[in-house]
Amino acid sequence: MSSVSGTICGVDTAAESRTASRPFLPGHHKRQSLYDLLFRGATRAFASLVLALLLGILLSLVWGGWPAIRAFGWGFLASAEWNPVTERFGAVVPVYGTLVTSFIALLIGIPVSFGIALFLTELAPVWMRRPLGTAVELLAGIPSIIYGMWGLFVFAPIFAERVQPWLIEHFGSLPFAGVLFGGAPQGIGVLTAGIILAIMVIPFIASVMRDVFELVPPMLKESAYALGATTWEVMWHVVLPYTRIGAVGGILLGLGRALGETMAVTFVIGNAHRLNFSLFAPGNSIASALANEFTEAVGELHSAALIELGLILFFITYCVLALSKLLLSRLARMEGQQS
Amino acid sequence: MNPLYRRRRIVNAFNLGVSMLAVAFGLFWLAWLLWTLVDRGLGAVSLHMFTHTTPPPGSAGGLLNAIFGSFLMSALATLIGTPVGVLAGTYLAEFGSRGWLAPATRFINDILLSAPSIIIGLFIYAVYVTQTRHFSGWAGAFALSLIVIPVVLKTTENMLRLVPNSLREAAAALGAPQWKIVTMVTWRAARAGIVTGVLLAVARISGETAPLLFTALNNQFWSANMNAPMANLPVVIFQFAMSPYQDWQRLAWGGALLITLAVLALNILARVLFREKNPLR
Repeated sequence: MSSVSGTICGVDTAAESRTASRPFLPGHHKRQSLYDLLFRGATRAFASLVLALLLGILLSLVWGGWPAIRAFGWGFLASAEWNPVTERFGAVVPVYGTLVTSFIALLIGIPVSFGIALFLTELAPVWMRRPLGTAVELLAGIPSIIYGMWGLFVFAPIFAERVQPWLIEHFGSLPFAGVLFGGAPQGIGVLTAGIILAIMVIPFIASVMRDVFELVPPMLKESAYALGATTWEVMWHVVLPYTRIGAVGGILLGLGRALGETMAVTFVIGNAHRLNFSLFAPGNSIASALANEFTEAVGELHSAALIELGLILFFITYCVLALSKLLLSRLARMEGQQS
Repeated sequence: MNPLYRRRRIVNAFNLGVSMLAVAFGLFWLAWLLWTLVDRGLGAVSLHMFTHTTPPPGSAGGLLNAIFGSFLMSALATLIGTPVGVLAGTYLAEFGSRGWLAPATRFINDILLSAPSIIIGLFIYAVYVTQTRHFSGWAGAFALSLIVIPVVLKTTENMLRLVPNSLREAAAALGAPQWKIVTMVTWRAARAGIVTGVLLAVARISGETAPLLFTALNNQFWSANMNAPMANLPVVIFQFAMSPYQDWQRLAWGGALLITLAVLALNILARVLFREKNPLR
């Protein structure tokens, strides 16, 4: 008797719990936590994939460049020779070209970007800031091949005709710097590539600088203004010291772009594997050497040397970008502590 | 007037003037560039350009195969890259608060975001092209997808971080499992932002030339075969612009105008969409 009522009770309670808390059935719950596990695992796997990508790039470049690494060793970094016929290769000319064009780009780009960022954060009327900021950012979106075409067909001829003769005339006979401005005005060359690069990196640097300048607490600036500082003094003595790290981070970001920029440089640098210190002479950068020669490279050693150049470029940009990232995140952390 | 005060005023005025000059300098190049593009490109853009394939030098033709190839490879690259970027970004924003994986991935991703795109081309060449022994549309699509991933990852993470925690907590309090919270609550709330990221990524890859040089290469003829070299707008522009033939150069300018307009339109669309559709702003 009691056993019958027990079963009835048992059935009842089971049915009751089933209707009251359907989602908490053990099976259902287990299934959901399995889905959770799978979902978390999938996102984690893809995050690791991104990490593995960098490692993969590094390994594939080392592997692809191995014949050249083995053949030339460290001498690759010190030789200016580039001769596919005798299969003697060295990295000096493209590395020099990459560094010099990027340096010229920064030399022009930094002051201009600073001016633009200053204007956008302090001077421009409020209605103007957004459209102007957007225009600068759009400039950053234009594909680099367009800059290259424009540089080759429009800028270089004018540069050769109007600017270079003037530079040669006025600076060509200087005692030491004169060597930089020697040679014939051809339009294309290292200087032209540097200028085109400058136009390309200005939007990057300017928009990072504007963003970091906007991080300065208004209180700091207003205190300086209240003490009678001029706009320039506020900028130079308050905003810039406060954001120095971030501004340098932005500059390095621009440098990272300039170092690896391919198409804009390939069009105008002239692609000559000759070490020439004149800024007017055609030269070569790592990226443009790759773009021009890689598909036409004959022989294992030629391709391997080009891949090794790619490895060097990757290493340089990695260091520059990592430093930039560290500086920018330090500014962000400083910002976090103060607010 | 106090001479010190006057000097400060002069320095101030001078430097502010220089700053305005810098702005004029920056806008001057933008204007010149766009004007050149319109001036030289508009003449080349015609219906003919969209209906004929790339010509041999000296005869008339269009860019149909290049436009098609670019479109196909960009679409595939976006299809491959978007899920990877979104899921990885979700990990960083939702699950990666502990451990080393999330910070490391964030760091590496920021570097990949600005890494030279020609290196991406070399990478795909080394791991895919040398294995299959021929240049192909797939290789191009893979290379482009590697450029899509960091852009999408970054925006996804940033957008998910903007989603208020109370939304997640509300869903959790109702007993929703984690995967449902992410897919049905936070992704939905951040949808406009994520779409913006995808659009920016598409804008970025539609003008990329360097990673396609060693992967998709180029093709003079109409081809929809993803396992064969494939024509694409940037490489065709590169080849035609560097050529000595007048009519090829003309087509290159037409293509350049086309690409620039597409990129600018995508950028502006992304901004407008983000501003208007995003509930989080």
